[in-house]
Amino acid sequence: MLSKKVKSRIFFLILSFAAAAMIIFIVLRSLEENVVYFLSPTEIYNKTNITFDKTIRIGGLVKMNSISKNETSISFIITDLKKEIIVSYEGIVPNLFSEGKGVVAEGKLKDKKYFVASKILAKHDENYMPPEVSKALEMSNN
Amino acid sequence: MFKNFFPNKILSLTNKTINNLIILLIVVVAVGITYSLFISPPDYIQGDSVRIMYVHVPSSFIALGCFGFIGIASICNLIFKIKLMPLLAKSVAPIGCTFSIISIVTGSLWGKPTWGIWWVWDARLTSMIVLLLFYILYILSWRFISNFEKANKVSSVIGIIGSFNLPVIKYSVDWWSTLHQPSSITLTSAPTIHHTMLVPLIIMLFGLAIFSLIIFLMKYKTEVMRFKIDKKKNFK
Repeated sequence: MLSKKVKSRIFFLILSFAAAAMIIFIVLRSLEENVVYFLSPTEIYNKTNITFDKTIRIGGLVKMNSISKNETSISFIITDLKKEIIVSYEGIVPNLFSEGKGVVAEGKLKDKKYFVASKILAKHDENYMPPEVSKALEMSNN
Repeated sequence: MFKNFFPNKILSLTNKTINNLIILLIVVVAVGITYSLFISPPDYIQGDSVRIMYVHVPSSFIALGCFGFIGIASICNLIFKIKLMPLLAKSVAPIGCTFSIISIVTGSLWGKPTWGIWWVWDARLTSMIVLLLFYILYILSWRFISNFEKANKVSSVIGIIGSFNLPVIKYSVDWWSTLHQPSSITLTSAPTIHHTMLVPLIIMLFGLAIFSLIIFLMKYKTEVMRFKIDKKKNFK
């Protein structure tokens, strides 16, 4: 049997646990806008108070067949399969940047449909497989 | 089995046990490294940089696991005042601290060729840095508070507060949009990592876990000795 002292300690600890969990939850909730690393095109579309002069990050997939390149600049479409944003960028993109893959762009919105990026990051997904398996998957999808 | 961790038993732990564990460690890590560097295939987009994962993921697991242990030990310590709890937790801390540093460094080395950047302040990476800071705080609280009882209390509180960070690290990739990818291995669904890559990952996890166990046993033995010497000194 637990002694009275031990019981009161357990009680105190459970209380402080609940309090701490609540505080952390509230803090993370109120900071959500800062915790989120990037916004999706749909979130941009639904946002009412957009600041066009502030640097933000948007992310999603690079739309298939949307990349157009010339010598110094590149433009492509970021999609979350619901809404799309056109991104233009001057500079070198990471090696893993390609169509159909995840991307995060940092820069400024010109309007809700057009984004000028100052930095492009490639986002990797949770799938890991050898090249042969990915080829086989592609074959079976087509 | 648990009895072996009681202070008097640990002192009779001979070098032979540790030597056997070291032989096991060498074998497992040799197999793991051969498998992950030579036998396992490159990834279909990342290429060979996927091989960093075989150190990065096990290190992160161990870093989180060690702090989970410290958290549980701290709770037991504050409630039941069991003498061996602080010694156990104290011995685990440097292991977890080292592995969280390894996890952050290897992750950063992987991030540069994959994402195109060494470091970003997204939820996963930031919460991992917070974990490292809690480890440092925990270790420093033992180092700088000379009174054992006082250090015990302060470090337990740090251990418990820091434990709240663990679910945040684990679920940061699901709760918020992060640059870090979501987990490939989950309890609820099949792993999204091909089995030719999963096998070396598990071998490496096993290897690093044995390494942690060896360091833990050595450190724990030292801590028990130190505790006994201090007690004797105070008694005189």
